Parts: sequence; C-alpha cells; structure tokens
Amino acid sequence: MSVLDRPIATPGYSEADSYPSHHFLNHSKGFLSWALTLDHKRIGLMYLVGVMASFALGGTFALMIRIHLWNFKDGWLSNQTYNQVFTLHGAIMVFLFIIPSIPAALGNFLLPVMLGTKDVAFPRLNLGSFYLWVTGLILFLTALSVTGLDTGWTFYTPYSIETQQGGAVLAATFGVFVLGFSSIFTGLNFIVTINTMRPPGMSWFRMPLFLWALYATSIIQVLATPVLGITVLLLSAERLLGIGIFDPKLNGDPVTFQHFFWFYSHPAVYIMILPAMGIISELMSVHCHKGIFGYRMIAYSSIAIALFGFLVWGHHMFTSGMADVTTIVFSALTFTVSIPSAIKVFNWLGTMYQGTVSLNTPMLYALAFIFLFTIGGLTGLPLGALSTDMHFHDTYFVVAHFHYVMMGGTLVAFLGGVFHWWPKMTGRMFNDKLGIASAIIVFVGFNLTFLPQFVLGSRGMPRRYATYLPEFQPLHQLSTIGSITLGSGLLLALIVLLMSLVSGKKAPRNPWGGATLEWMCSSPPPHDNFSSAPTVGDPYDFSTIEYDARVGGYVKRT
Amino acid sequence: MTAIQETLAPVAIDHADHHHEHPSWLAHHFDDAEQQYDSGKLGMWLFLVTEVLFFSGMFCAYALYRNRNPEVFEFCSSFLNEKLGAINTGVLLFSSLTMAWAVRAAQLRQHQLLVGMLGATLGCAAIFLGVKAVEYSHKMEIGLLPGKLYVAQLDGAHGPHKGYLEFICTIPAICTALCAAYAIYAFATKSLFHQRVAGPMLVAGLCFFGGVGLGQYLEAQEEASKGHGGHGGHQEHHAMVEGHVDHGSHEHTAASESAHTAENKTASEMAANASIAMGGSPDVYIAPNELRTPNADVNQRSMAGLFFSIYYCMTGVHAIHIIGGMIVITWLIVKAARQEFHEQYFGPVDNVGLYWHLVDFIWIYLFPLLYLIT
Repeated sequence: MSVLDRPIATPGYSEADSYPSHHFLNHSKGFLSWALTLDHKRIGLMYLVGVMASFALGGTFALMIRIHLWNFKDGWLSNQTYNQVFTLHGAIMVFLFIIPSIPAALGNFLLPVMLGTKDVAFPRLNLGSFYLWVTGLILFLTALSVTGLDTGWTFYTPYSIETQQGGAVLAATFGVFVLGFSSIFTGLNFIVTINTMRPPGMSWFRMPLFLWALYATSIIQVLATPVLGITVLLLSAERLLGIGIFDPKLNGDPVTFQHFFWFYSHPAVYIMILPAMGIISELMSVHCHKGIFGYRMIAYSSIAIALFGFLVWGHHMFTSGMADVTTIVFSALTFTVSIPSAIKVFNWLGTMYQGTVSLNTPMLYALAFIFLFTIGGLTGLPLGALSTDMHFHDTYFVVAHFHYVMMGGTLVAFLGGVFHWWPKMTGRMFNDKLGIASAIIVFVGFNLTFLPQFVLGSRGMPRRYATYLPEFQPLHQLSTIGSITLGSGLLLALIVLLMSLVSGKKAPRNPWGGATLEWMCSSPPPHDNFSSAPTVGDPYDFSTIEYDARVGGYVKRT
Repeated sequence: MTAIQETLAPVAIDHADHHHEHPSWLAHHFDDAEQQYDSGKLGMWLFLVTEVLFFSGMFCAYALYRNRNPEVFEFCSSFLNEKLGAINTGVLLFSSLTMAWAVRAAQLRQHQLLVGMLGATLGCAAIFLGVKAVEYSHKMEIGLLPGKLYVAQLDGAHGPHKGYLEFICTIPAICTALCAAYAIYAFATKSLFHQRVAGPMLVAGLCFFGGVGLGQYLEAQEEASKGHGGHGGHQEHHAMVEGHVDHGSHEHTAASESAHTAENKTASEMAANASIAMGGSPDVYIAPNELRTPNADVNQRSMAGLFFSIYYCMTGVHAIHIIGGMIVITWLIVKAARQEFHEQYFGPVDNVGLYWHLVDFIWIYLFPLLYLIT
C-alpha cells in the first residue's frame, strides 16, 4: 500500500488499496442476485451484454446485406428476404443497440459513480427499464422468427398497413412502444438523479461533461419518445382495427405519420450522438492529461443540440410533400444544429493542442470518432440544403452520411468508452497493443465501407434496392470488402475484451489518470460506490494526478 | 408549499447527523426525507410531461382532421351524449377533490380518513368507467365504430350486434365478485387491515355498476325523448342533442322505405337536416355557405369513421389511464391501511395525486373538444 495512495478521497476503502477483495461483482452470488439486482452497476453490465449481443445480431444482418450486394443482380437472398434483412438490420441497430448503448449501458454504470451517489434515484424503475428492454427484444425476435418484417425501420404508411407481414408489423411496433418506455424511464431516472442527488460540492459546473451529455440526452428521451409511443400505438390500431388516421383510403394522411415519426426519430438521432460526444469529451481530456478546453461551451452546446434537435425533423421529408415555406424553414433550422456540433469538435481539438497525448486504445477510438464524425457532420450539410437534397434524397449518400454519424460516431465512441471504463467495470486491464490494432482495423474498414457509398449515392444509386446497375459494381464490391474488414476489427475488439477477463492483469484504481470521481473508488467499485460522500473537485484538474509505478496507475497527491 | 416545508423541516435537521439509522420508509440511497420527496416529485412531474406529449400526438391528429373536415366533426359530435359526458366531468372533478384531500389526510396521519378519501377516488373512477362503458356499447350497437369498422346506417334501428355492454361488463363483474369474496374473507377473519382494503375495493366495484345503471337510465331518457320528440321545445338549450334527436326522427321515416342502396341519399338529407337544426339555434354559429351545401358524404367510413377513430383512441387511451390510476390507488389503499404514511413520508400519495389530476385534466380537454363542438 503506497503512502501517496492513502489520502485518496474514499477513506473507507483505502485498506483495500487498488485491488479490493470485496466489490459489486462478488457482493452477492447466484442468478437471482443479478436478475433482481437494484444495483445500477449490475444493471449497466447486463445492458452492456444485451446491447452488444443485439449489435452482433444487427451486424450479422449488415454483413448479409453487403454480401448480397456483391453482384449487381442475382444476389444470394431473394428480394423479399433482402427487404426483411435490411429492415431488421435498421430496426435492431436503432432501437435495440444505438439508443440504449451509451445511456443505458455505460450511463447506468457511470452516472451515479461519476456523480458521487450510491445509486440512481429510482433503482426499481431502473431494473424495470431493463426488463422493458428485454421485452422489446423478445418482441423484435418474434417479428423476426414468426414472419418477416419488411417495411424498413421507419414503418412508413401506407406500406406498413398493407404489407402481408401484418403480425410482424404488430409485434415490431409493440416492441418499439415497449422499448420507448424503457428509454423514457432511463432518461427520467437520470434527470432526477442529476437534479436531486448531487452530493455537496458537486455543482452543475463541476459535473463531468459526460453527465452533461447524458442530461441533454435524457431531456430528449423524456420529451420525444412519448410521441413515438403514441405514433406506433396508432399504427398498431391501424393494423388491428383499420382506424384510418394514417390510411389514405380512409381519408387519413400518410404524411402525418411521417411527421409524427420524425418528430421523435430526428431527436432520437441526438439521443444517439450526444452521449457519444460526452464520452469523447472525457476521453480527450483524460488521455491528453490536460483540462478540457472550453468546458462551459461544451456543456451548453449539449443542451443546445438537444433543443435545436426538436425543430428540424422536417428535413427527413423534403420530398414527401410539404409547403415550400415549411421546407425552407426546416432547412434553415437544420443548419443551426451544425453550430453546437462544430463548437464541440473545435473544443476537442483545442484540448489536444499542447496536451500530453497517450496514444492508447481509448484515445485512438476517440481520434477515429473526431475524424468520422466530422465527415458525417459535414456531409449532413448538403442533405440539409434543399437544392442538393432533392438529388441526394433516398440515395446511398444518405446511407453513408448517417452511418458516418451513427456508426462512425456513436459506435466508435461507445467502443472507446467501453475500453476506457473496462478496467473500472471489470477490474481487469486489456491488451493495449491488440486494442490499438482493433481500433486501426475498425477505422480503415469503416472508411472502406462507407466512403464508396458517398460516391455511389452522388452517382444516383438509390438506397434499399436489392439489385443495381452494373456500373456500380466496383464501388459496391469495395464497400463489401470494407464491411468484412470492419467486422473483423470489431471481432478483434471483442476478443481483446474477453481475453482480458481471463488473462488480464488486475486494474489499478486509476489506470489512465482521470480526475473524475469514478477513478477515486476502487476497480471494480464497491457495492455502494462510496462509503461516505466523496470530496468533489474540478473534474478536469490534472495537476495533482501523478503516475505511481508501485500501484501501476495514477494517484492523487494532496 | 409552506406546509410541506414545515413538515419536512425536522428531517432536515436530522440530516446533519450523518450516521443516523435509515428508517424503513427511507430508501438506502437517499440521504434524508427531503431528498427522497424531491426526487419522487420531480420524477412524477417528468412522467406527467411524457404523458402530455403522449396525448399530444392524438390532439395533433384531432386538430389536423378537424381543420380539414370541420363539418364531419360537428355532425358526428352530435352523436355523443353530452349529459353523460358532463356527469363524467363532474365525477372526475369530484375525485380530484377527494384525491387532494387524501394527500392532506396522509400528511396529518388521519389514516381512516385517508383510506376513505382514496376509496372515494377509486369509486369515482369506477363510476366514470361505468358511464363510459354505456357510452361505448351504445355507440357500438348502432355501428358508430372506428375507421373501416364504421357501419352505422343511421336509420334509428339498432344494428344486428348487441350485447356489447354485457361483454364490456364481464371483467368488472369478475373483479367485483373477487372483491366481494375478499370482503367476506376480511369480515370473516375480523382482520381490520383486510377490511380497510376490501371495503373500498368492493365499493368501487359496485360503483362501476352504479355508473352503468346511471348511464343506461340517461341513455334511455334520451331514446324516450327521441320517441316523443321531433323538434319540440328545448331547442335553444340543447342544440346538439336536438341535432341528434332530429336525425333520429327523420331517419325513421326516410329509412323505412329506403333500401340499402339509398344510404348515401339518406345520409345527405340527414346531414342537411342536422345543419339546419343546428343553424336554427341562436347560440351556435354556422357559416352561411356551410348551411347551403352540407357535406353529403359525411356518413361514410372515410369521414365519420375517422371522427370515431379519434374519439375511441383519445377516450380509450384516457380510460386506460383511469384504469392504471385505479391500480395505483389500490396500492395506496393497501399502504394506507397499514398506516404507513405520515408527515415525513407521504410522497406516494402526493405523486399519485398529481397523476390523477393530470388524467382529470386531460378529460377536461377531451370533453369540450369531443362533446361540445357544435
């Protein structure tokens, strides 16, 4: 036990040094101690396993799509199957993976620890959200196995009303409804926790930026998701009873469905990206060992994105039939979102400037994020501009754009976050060299997959098609090769993580040199996080954090 | 608010001593009663925000389709029995009073009164649902169904489908029977706790059938006045009801000779009559051009059907919220019968109360938007 380590902020656990014999993972044993746990850390880990499994499923569908598109015609799937596969890819990735990935898995684990509390405000509700998520997963799998869902993940009417796969539409829309409430309750829990449970000294502007990001995300979850809930409920009623609200044959209006749907689903895009931005803010600062540049601007820009995000849903519908004035207003509002996003990117770059950058696995994922997110963000501008969107709408350009943001952004940040907090969550260090290799393969594979799709889209390749013109074949094949590279990179990342559980060396309290509260408690954290209220300091003050070779990690000097 | 702060004040002092034992009503992760109360309250307010947004989708649909087909809404609204709607509004408002009273009783440790007030709220909710059951079944019987199910002939004769009311009442009847069995058990075992729980539940079950009886009585009155009626006396006061009556009487004569194929013509006549009848009443404004060219095609699935879709969706989702409220109020009654609430721990009553007021509040909007628009 080191002398320097002694005065660390959690005196109750100092006797355990960095390697506690008693922590949340072995606090209690047995299946029920996990299935009925109210501990946010265990719930977070269960989510983590769940979303990763969903991602593997959605990723398998993605690879099936890409392999099918190797040839310009006569792919290995029938057209009907192809429709079902890309629908399931989209629906699983959006509803089961990206939306819960960072907030529900990492957020659940980290929010109370970073905030310095024992748990979230409503632990039972938290467990309830998890089981709602599981229910949604089961309904989705039902839709998958009983019949095939072939409407696209957006369930646009009138197709979703008329398709033969009625049972699948019902199961999937009900699944979305349930998943929506899972998401709402998580968001509600986070907002209440941050508002009412901050310990003494944890003022709003001493919160880590990840928590600001989660707060902004939660606002969207609480405000936007209910609208999706009622929309899919009306769609189910449409299928069951034929109520006609979205059915043109009964004088209903399908464009209304699109408005309702995108009123949720555009803010949902920010549910996906905001927590990723929060992770990057943490990673940048910690791995550059330098205080975050422009803390308040990053915090405010998260809230700004959350608010602007509610005003721009119409840009998904420029070609659906809206008044000219409406489209112009939506287009103009769309551009405003780029301002807070750009503020964040500038601040991350400013953080790196003159920092002591450690090029380890989490940092490489963070760098990949900045690169990919910037491309994704900038290609959003031609899609937000009316004149160019008329050309790009429903082409591969859109596909490439949102994959750069959703996958290049959220997934890469998620992986960075998982690597960053893995020692904290499991108490084990992973093999950094292999981790770096996975980051590089993912980065190369990703660009190889989706850069060609920008070219395809700008040349007029429409999205969702099972076949295409022969002249597009080289680019499609390039994309398919890229997707396999990407898949193997992700597989390597998974192997690195799993290997660490078996053979990884024990993690110190603070392996990276972070200054936020989660690094002040042991790895893995004890059952109640903090025996007494922790001392809250500046989350980005690294002047007192020093490397100590004796513990193999960083310690706080007083 | 000051009352709440006063009641919570002793705990705030308690909070200074950090090593005190957690009382059983204080969750382990909260520092003190105030933090627990604030968290619960904020959580409930956020939940209410989501509820408002949840309903907003349907309010948007309402606004959209009413704006597009105002005449459909005015015509169809006349089929809703405003008397029943008004009674339900009163019942819900009264239940909000008893709910608010229950919060006060919880703060003051008036355990008996608390159980009584929660029971009264539960009973009002049951009356509301009973009346609603009559309204629904009555409309279903004459074919006023949502969307593509809409089959109303509007000829005054009831359709072939009967027995909706019995069908709807099955589940409440089973629940009431179970409550009765539970009450018998409670009184047989002389358990005061079980009596306090079973009593209100049984009363609520009976209240449902009271509501059904009340609804049927008023609907029968409505039918009777239609039978005697024509456009007699109280036109000024009940423009909309008259509209309804008016259809009925005209329908009788028209439909008796008209074959099924003449349905549209009948409907158009009827719509015209409806407009004229409504125009005749001085306190309802109808634009002159609307009066001259009433929409002849109102009585079809794509028109009236859409109104009834919106009607059933909005009131149906609202009714589901009433049922949800009844479940949590029952949970509160159990806790209240155990005498768990006191001045430092009344958050659950307060929060369920907030929820209940919101459900009430939504009805306050639904009633005029659906029933009173002519």
